[in-house]
Formats: sequence, structure tokens, C-alpha cells
Amino acid sequence: MEWETVIGLEVHVQLSTASKLFSGSATQFGAAPNTQANIFDLALPGTLPVLNESALAMAVRFGLAIGAHIGKRSVFDRKNYFYPDLPKGYQVSQLDFPTVGKGQLTITLEDGSEKVIGVTRAHMEEDAGKSLHEDFHGMSGIDLNRAGTPLLEIVSEPDLRSAKEAVAYLKKLHSIIRYLDISDAIMAQGSMRCDANVSIRRRGETEFGTRTEIKNINSFRFVEKAINHEVRRQQDVIEDGGRVVQETRLYDADRDETRPMRSKEVANDYRYFPEPDLLPVVIDDAYIEAIRVTLPELPDARKARFISDYKLSEYDAGVLVATREMADYFEQVAQATGDAKLAANWVSQDLQGLLNKHHWDITESPIQADRLADLLKRIQDSTISGKIAKTVFEAMLDDTASVDSIIESKGLKQVTDTGEIEKLVETVIAENPDQVQQFRDGKEQVIGFLVGQAMKLSKGKANPAQVNELLRAKMGS
Amino acid sequence: MALDKSEVAKIAHLARLHISETEADEVTNRITDILALIDQMQSVDTDGVDPLAHPLDVVQRLRPDVVTETDERERLQTLAPASQDGLYLVPQVIE
Repeated sequence: MEWETVIGLEVHVQLSTASKLFSGSATQFGAAPNTQANIFDLALPGTLPVLNESALAMAVRFGLAIGAHIGKRSVFDRKNYFYPDLPKGYQVSQLDFPTVGKGQLTITLEDGSEKVIGVTRAHMEEDAGKSLHEDFHGMSGIDLNRAGTPLLEIVSEPDLRSAKEAVAYLKKLHSIIRYLDISDAIMAQGSMRCDANVSIRRRGETEFGTRTEIKNINSFRFVEKAINHEVRRQQDVIEDGGRVVQETRLYDADRDETRPMRSKEVANDYRYFPEPDLLPVVIDDAYIEAIRVTLPELPDARKARFISDYKLSEYDAGVLVATREMADYFEQVAQATGDAKLAANWVSQDLQGLLNKHHWDITESPIQADRLADLLKRIQDSTISGKIAKTVFEAMLDDTASVDSIIESKGLKQVTDTGEIEKLVETVIAENPDQVQQFRDGKEQVIGFLVGQAMKLSKGKANPAQVNELLRAKMGS
Repeated sequence: MALDKSEVAKIAHLARLHISETEADEVTNRITDILALIDQMQSVDTDGVDPLAHPLDVVQRLRPDVVTETDERERLQTLAPASQDGLYLVPQVIE
């Protein structure tokens, strides 16, 4: 049986405001429990919400970035459920009139083709607190620091057809959010969270199958694993003659499986109604335009510019624009050296490799863009070879001296002195009579071996082009 | 539209209200009366009328994104029945 997977994602993003959505409490990550939970966040009687203007501006900023309809009149609603980390007994959210309506973003698939994914809506809401269930002698501990932190919930259309597409969408969303600087969007810290609605149907079928919602997915890798697991589970259920039950399931990363949430954890009737403590939020064209002019160049536009201005490949450009910081870094190196291809190779391979190895963010790189550019300039003017440059690059990690003094002090300068190279070449010819004869007999490829021997003898410092030339001259070809 | 007692029981449960067997009939009748009023309102032609979000015809004012609250945990936790390590303690919700 051939199955098609249908996925829609609900992504919660914590907006990086200084204060909460409806109160003046701080939103710092990692603060001691309940030190950022004040009378409003605790839902003490008589407190009233006042909307944070930055949270609204950030939501509009996101909407404009995905070409979405911006709600000029948005309305907050109460979503009612009981849980100890929600002291008011309702979450303030937006139901029928969200700030951000229909929009779209484009993802790049593995084969390089592009696909447009619809965004149904993005609404503002407040986060809940945290419950800790261990170590309190049969009680639960409640930390309300997070209660009231502004969230943007971004809901996609069921346009995704595989776990890989879901990851590509999530990464694209992450990239746009980071370019817009409206959230840290760190999945491991919960400032970006993902729920996946997953169903399967027979290929060619137009109706959707029954879907399940997977919660608790907290890394890009787990998104793929959780969805793939759930798809296999649904296939097994149907192929065994069963039916998929519409339910909410939790992803358990340790066991790589999803399991149904206990019925007590599921609130199925939220009884939404307009929040009487808040008035409709009304914005005009001037407000929207004032935000539009502050939008940065976004990843898609930047990628297109990298391809046309720097003649980069689709792939290289895609890698380099993934984060705004990486793209900035690359541009700085490319402009300083005037060689975009060289800059792209070093940034996307050597530098990226280094960052991955140490789990560094590019902003934590010990080698800044201007220093990498200095290094590449020494390849360009033949002071060092590309291979030696890698040795210098390693040395630059612990040595903050200038590129030139590292090359000098480690004696890595390329040997271009003809006299020295001549000596090398003569030694190689004397030590490898067989290969020299083979070359003279017309076995052209032996030259590679001989150049290699000379390079080895020079500890990589000889200029390979010069070695090649002199070898040929001495062997009489 | 009329409600039966089991629907009232469900609504009461969602709102965490306890309604005793003796009160159930009366509450059911009262809610049914309210629904009759709503039925009457439903017959009004509201085509082209935007749903009312708030009875006041004014719009929301915004506040600047500034932290105005300080840490009052110690004072606030004196109000709570139980707390430990800075956390509010509540009866366990997951068994």
C-alpha cells in the first residue's frame, strides 16, 4: 500500500520582549522561580491586563515578512481550562480575529526544488507557567515566571508531505524569526516549540485521514523522528484493520515513540469567548507601513542577491543565508578579499566545520571575519598555499596575533625562491630515478608523484606551481 | 433549545462547579430559559453586522515594553498555603 503523509505544524515562538504580554514583569530566561511573577501574573483579584506594544509590533513584523494579511482589528479571547500553572483559569489568546492572517513561506526540498507552504494564521497569546512534579512530598511545585510571556503561535496549512519537509519548514521559520530578531527561537530552551498534526491517506485520495497531534517536540532532529515514528504507527494501525483515533500524543525522545496523553491531561472544550478585560486592538496603514520599512533583507532575498552578485551556487548561497550572522560574516570576508567563491568555501566549510566541532554559534567564533579575510589575502598573494592556510587557521584559534606574524613565527611562508626550489627538485630527481625514467618515457601522471615528493620535502611550503614547472624543465620535457 | 441534566453536569464539571442532585433540575430550567432568550435573539437579521468584541466603543491602549515590576516573591508567597524553594506548592495534578 502506498501512503501519503499529511502534516501541519503549530509553532509557538516566545517573543523577545523585556516585559510580559500584559504586565510589567520581566521575562528573563533562567531567573530564580517566581521572582518574575507578580500580582497580575498570579491572577490576584482586581488586576487588569494592558497590552505590550512591542509584542504587537513583533507580531506585525512577522506577518509582513511572510506576506500575510495583517489584522487591522484584532480581538483577544479567553481559552478556558484548569491547570495549576495557569492561575487565571484561562489563557488569553486570539481566535477569530488574529493579528496575523493568511501568509506563506517557501521551503527548499532536498532535490533543490522549491515548495510554497501556506501559513493559516499567527496569533498572539500568553504562555503558562511550569509545573514540577518531583520531590515535593506528593505536591507539585509551580513556577510562574513564564506565565504571561508573549507567544506568537504560527499555524501552517496541512501542506507538508514528509517529516523532512516539516523540518525544512521549521528551519525556514526559525531563520526568518532570527532575521527579524523577534525571538531567540532556541528549541532546547523552549523559546521555540513545535506541535505536529499528522495523518496519512492512500496516495491519490483527496480527503484527509484522521489526524493525531504530537506535542512535546523540542529539537529539529526530534521533529523528524517523532513524525516518522507516528507515520509508521498509523500505517501499522490501518494495515492491521484498525482506525486511527483522533488524540493528542506525547513524543518520548528517550524511547523514540509517541504515546497517548492521559485523558486528564487533555482539555477538549475550551469555551472561548471574547476577553472582556481587553478592548479590540486597532492599527492603521501608517502603523503597518512604519514597521514594513524597518524589515531587514530576508533570507530568500539575500540568497537571490548572493547568487546574482557573488555568482554563488544555489547550494552555497542557501547554506550561507541560513542565519543572518553567517550571511553578514560571509559578506564581510567576500568584500575584503574580492573573491566570493574563496570566501564562500572557507566560511561554509572550514569555519562551519570548526563551529560544529566546538558547538559554537558563529557569534562565538574566535576567528572574526576580518582575520579570516587577512588569511585568505595571503593565499591570494601566494604567501602561503591553500593547504598551509589550514594550518594557520588552526593556529589562529589559540593565537590572537596577526595572520602575518603567525605565518612568520611558525615559518610557514611559501618558498618562492627559485634557488631553494631548484635544490628541492634536484634532490627529488636524484632520489627517484625510476619515476623520472617513467616520466621521460611519456608517463605524464608521474609528475604528480614527483611534485608530491618535493612538497613533502619542503614541509608543504614550496609553491607547487613553481615545483611543477622546474621539475619539467630539469627532466627535459 | 433545551438542555438536559447530563449536559448541565458536563458544563458544571468544565467550570469545576459542584451542583447537587437537588439543584440540578432548577439549574437546568434556568439555563434553558436563558437559551430561549438567545433563540429569540438568533432570529434577528445580523447580516453585515460585525460581531461585538466589547460593549465599549473604544480601542485598546498599549503600554511601552518596560519592566515596571520588582521581585516581590517573599511577600506574595506569604499569601500561599504552601511554598518551597521559591515554588508554590499545590496538590499533585498527575498521579
